[in-house]
Amino acid sequence: MNPHDLIPVQVADAASHVAEAAAGGHGAFFLTGLTVFVLAVFVGYHVVWRVTPALHSPLMAVTNAVSSVIIVGALIAAGPAKIDFSTGLGFVGVALASVNIFGGFIVTQRMLSMFKKKQK
Amino acid sequence: METISTLAYLVASVCFILALKGLSSPDAAQQGNRYGIIGMVIAIVTTLALPSVQSYIPIVVAIAIGGVVGTFIAKKIQMTALPQLVAAFHSLVGLAAVFVAAAAFYAPESYGIGTPGNIAIGSLVEMSIGTAIGAITFSGSVIAFAKLQALISGKPLVFPGQHLFNAALGILTIVLVVLLCTSNSAAVFWAIVIASFALGFLLILPIGGADMPVVISMLNSYSGWAACGIGFTLQNNLLIITGALVGSSGAILSYIMCKAMNRSIFNVILGGFGGEAAGPAGGPGGDRTVKAGSADDAAFIMKNAASVIIVPGYGMAVAQAQHALREMGDLLKKEGATVRYAIHPGAGRMPGHMNVLLAEANVSYDEVFELDEINRDFGQCDVAFVIGANDVTNPAAKTDPASPIYGMPILDVEKAKTVFFVKRSMASGYAGVDNELFFRPNTMMLFGDAKKVCEEVCKALE
Repeated sequence: MNPHDLIPVQVADAASHVAEAAAGGHGAFFLTGLTVFVLAVFVGYHVVWRVTPALHSPLMAVTNAVSSVIIVGALIAAGPAKIDFSTGLGFVGVALASVNIFGGFIVTQRMLSMFKKKQK
Repeated sequence: METISTLAYLVASVCFILALKGLSSPDAAQQGNRYGIIGMVIAIVTTLALPSVQSYIPIVVAIAIGGVVGTFIAKKIQMTALPQLVAAFHSLVGLAAVFVAAAAFYAPESYGIGTPGNIAIGSLVEMSIGTAIGAITFSGSVIAFAKLQALISGKPLVFPGQHLFNAALGILTIVLVVLLCTSNSAAVFWAIVIASFALGFLLILPIGGADMPVVISMLNSYSGWAACGIGFTLQNNLLIITGALVGSSGAILSYIMCKAMNRSIFNVILGGFGGEAAGPAGGPGGDRTVKAGSADDAAFIMKNAASVIIVPGYGMAVAQAQHALREMGDLLKKEGATVRYAIHPGAGRMPGHMNVLLAEANVSYDEVFELDEINRDFGQCDVAFVIGANDVTNPAAKTDPASPIYGMPILDVEKAKTVFFVKRSMASGYAGVDNELFFRPNTMMLFGDAKKVCEEVCKALE
C-alpha cells in the first residue's frame, strides 16, 4: 500500500471522528444547556421582579458587570501559548470585558453607597 | 479537573443570583454587590486554572489594562452621566461577545466544537446567534451613547422605507446564518457581523430621547442574550445562566419602562416618537398666558406650607440641580414642612435615574416615593414643586384621548393647592405636547435654570 494514499484517508477519518464527536457531544449538551437556560430565565424573572424600583439603576449596572462573565470565553480563546489571530481576538475580548467588570462593579458600589436612611 | 471547574462555575452562578437578589432592599444591596464580585473572581480564577489556558502574562496585562481603564472611568463619572456610561458598557459586552465568537470560529478546537472549517452545525447556529446579538448590542449601544451624550441629535432619525430596509437586513442576516452553516466560510461569518452592526445602528437611530429608558433596558437585555448564545456555543453553563439572568432582567425593565410611558415595546422599536411634533399648533397653548413667579414668591408660599412634594425629572439631571434641591428641602423642613419626593418610573433617561441622583444629594431613601405610593397624597399637599419634569404630570394623559401620551400613568400634581413648575422656557416636553397645567390659576411658573432657581429659593428662605 502506498503510504501517500494512507495519509489523506487517515486525516479524513480523523476529521470525521472529530466532527461526529463534536456533533454528538453538541446535541447532548444542547438539551442540558436548554434545561439550564429555561430554569435560569425563571430564576431571573422571579428575582428581578422583587428588586425595588429605587434600585433599578444599580440593577442595570450590576447586570452589566455580571454579563461580562463572557470574559470566561475570552480567556479560553487567549489561553493557548501562541500568538495568532484567535488568541489576539481573545486578548482584546479579555481587555474589553475587564473594563466592564471593574467599571460595572465599582460604579454599582458607588451608587449603592449613596443610598442611606436618615441619620438621626 | 473538569468536575471541579464545573462546580466552581456553579458556585459563581449562585453568587450572581445572590447579587441580583440583594437589590430587593437598599440595606442588603451592598452585600449583593460583593457576592457579584466574588462570583466574578471565582469565574476568572477557575478559567485561568484550566489546563488549556497557558499564556498568563499577556492575559494579566490585558486584564490590567481593562481594569485600569474601567476603574478610572467608574470613579470619575458624574452620576448625571450614568445613562451614557451604562450604554457604553453595554457596547463593550456586545463587542466582547463578537470577539469571543470570532475566536471560537477560528480556533474551534480550543472549545472542543470541531476543527477550523469543520464546525458542527449546531455550534455554528449558536455562534452566529451570539455574534449577531452581540454585534447589534454593540452598534445599538454606541448610538444610544451618542444620543445620550448629545454627540448626535436625540431626535428620532427616520427615512422613508426604513422599516422595510431593516426587515430586509434582518432577513439577510438569517440567510447568512444558513449560508454559514453550509459553507463554514470566514467571509460569511464577517458578513453576519457587518449586517448585524448595520442593523443595530438602524434599529436605535429612529428612537427618540424620551424612549431612552426603554432602549437602555432593551440593550441590557440583548447583552444578556448575547452572553447566552456564546454560552451555548462554548457549552458553558455559567455563561448560559448569567446571560439568562441578565437577559430576563433587561426584559423586565423594558416592560416596566414601557408601561410607565404607556408605550408598547413594538411601538418603541419602530421608533419615531417625539421630536417630529413641530410645535403644538392646535394645542391648548394659543394666546393664553401663564403666571410667572420669582424665587421670592415661591419661597414665601412654601414657607407657609405644611407639606411639600417635589417631583424631579430629567431637567433636574441636566441642570445638576439635585444638591441645591436637597438644600431647599432641608430649609423647608426647618420651617416645619414635611418634604417628600415623588418619582415617576419614566423620569430621566434610565430606570431609577432620579433615585440615584437624589441619593447622591444625600436625600434619605425613605423620603423618596414611587408613583403609586404617593399619588393619592397630592390632594392633601400644599405645594407640588415640579422641577424639570413635564409630560409625567400632564393631565392630558387622563383626559384627552387624542394626546400622544393618553393613557400614560401620571403624577396628579394638579390636585395640590399650589403647583410650581421650574422650567427653562415654555417649550413642550419630549412628547411634543403642551401641558395645560401651566395655564391653571393655581400654577406658578419659575423660569430659569433648575439649579439657579433652587439656589435662589434657598437664599430667599434663609
